[in-house]
Amino acid sequence: MLGVGAYRTRNRPARNELLPLPIGEMSWALTDHQGRSVRPKDWAGRPVMVFFGFTWCPDVCPTTLSDISLWLEDLGADANRLIVALISVDPERDTPVVLADYVSNFDPRIIGLTGPAEEVAQAAADFRVTYRRVDKDGGDYTMDHTAGVFLFHPDGRFVSIIDFHEDRRFAVPKIRRTLS
Amino acid sequence: MNHFLLAAALILSASAAMACETVTIGDLTVEHAWSKATIGAGRPGVFYVEITNTGSTDNALVGIATPAAGMPMLHETVVQDGIASMPHAMSIPVPAGQSVQLSPGGYHGMLMGLTNALKEGDSFPVTLSFEKAGEVTVNVDVLSLRAEGPDCADAGQ
Ligand SMILES: [Cu+2]
Repeated sequence: MLGVGAYRTRNRPARNELLPLPIGEMSWALTDHQGRSVRPKDWAGRPVMVFFGFTWCPDVCPTTLSDISLWLEDLGADANRLIVALISVDPERDTPVVLADYVSNFDPRIIGLTGPAEEVAQAAADFRVTYRRVDKDGGDYTMDHTAGVFLFHPDGRFVSIIDFHEDRRFAVPKIRRTLS
Repeated sequence: MNHFLLAAALILSASAAMACETVTIGDLTVEHAWSKATIGAGRPGVFYVEITNTGSTDNALVGIATPAAGMPMLHETVVQDGIASMPHAMSIPVPAGQSVQLSPGGYHGMLMGLTNALKEGDSFPVTLSFEKAGEVTVNVDVLSLRAEGPDCADAGQ
């Protein structure tokens, strides 16, 4: 793991500032919806698709996960090696158990990831994702967050983002390009 | 005419249910009202609908009310610099001769303070208030969390 430590600094130099790091250079440690620990190195050699969201989100998140489920059905067994992960930006409410309940509504290949606030912040920094808590009346809150779907090649290289309002028909060909 | 086919067609149209009902008030047609199931009552629900203004006067949806939620509100999902947020929409324009959709990723009713969890197959009423046409109540079908919209024979999508 030599070299990884160098990327732990939040205010890292402006190297490709807006692009997500290659998976192998990321340094978060999260827990999946079944309680297993997941680190970037566990994804080595696999194509990766990641979306940031939270389970209290009524519109953007279920819409994106419905779309992702349709894409996965379209891709069929070709997508079986694809890592597909929802990373929660609301770890305070999204425990592994809550995430398990939530992802069970979508394609079974989608995993949920959560963890301590610092690790979620580290993941967001590694993916160049923004999120912020927005307080509502009565103590309730919601989260603003980057809504794109990130695609990575099996060698860990960032490939592209499927934007939230992008024509969804282009998504499947984009994903296909990451699979080989 | 094959009676089996006829019976099957009747059952199908019955199961398409209330999301496919059309309600009119003045020049406005309100249809395809649907919602998504929620996990528990703690999370907000969502409300989608399609409104068509066949008249020559601009109108606007200015509020919603429902016994299903303590704090229903109009929202608009906005994506700016790739970041999604859901600001409160004071009013949703329904211009003369146009259709407006409250649909995933855009305008939606946000149902905060749910009385009960919304379960797939349930339905509940929502009263829409318009700037110029008064109020109208529609029945909302609860579809699955994965649903992308109701399956109506005449639905655009
Ligand atoms: Cu909302």
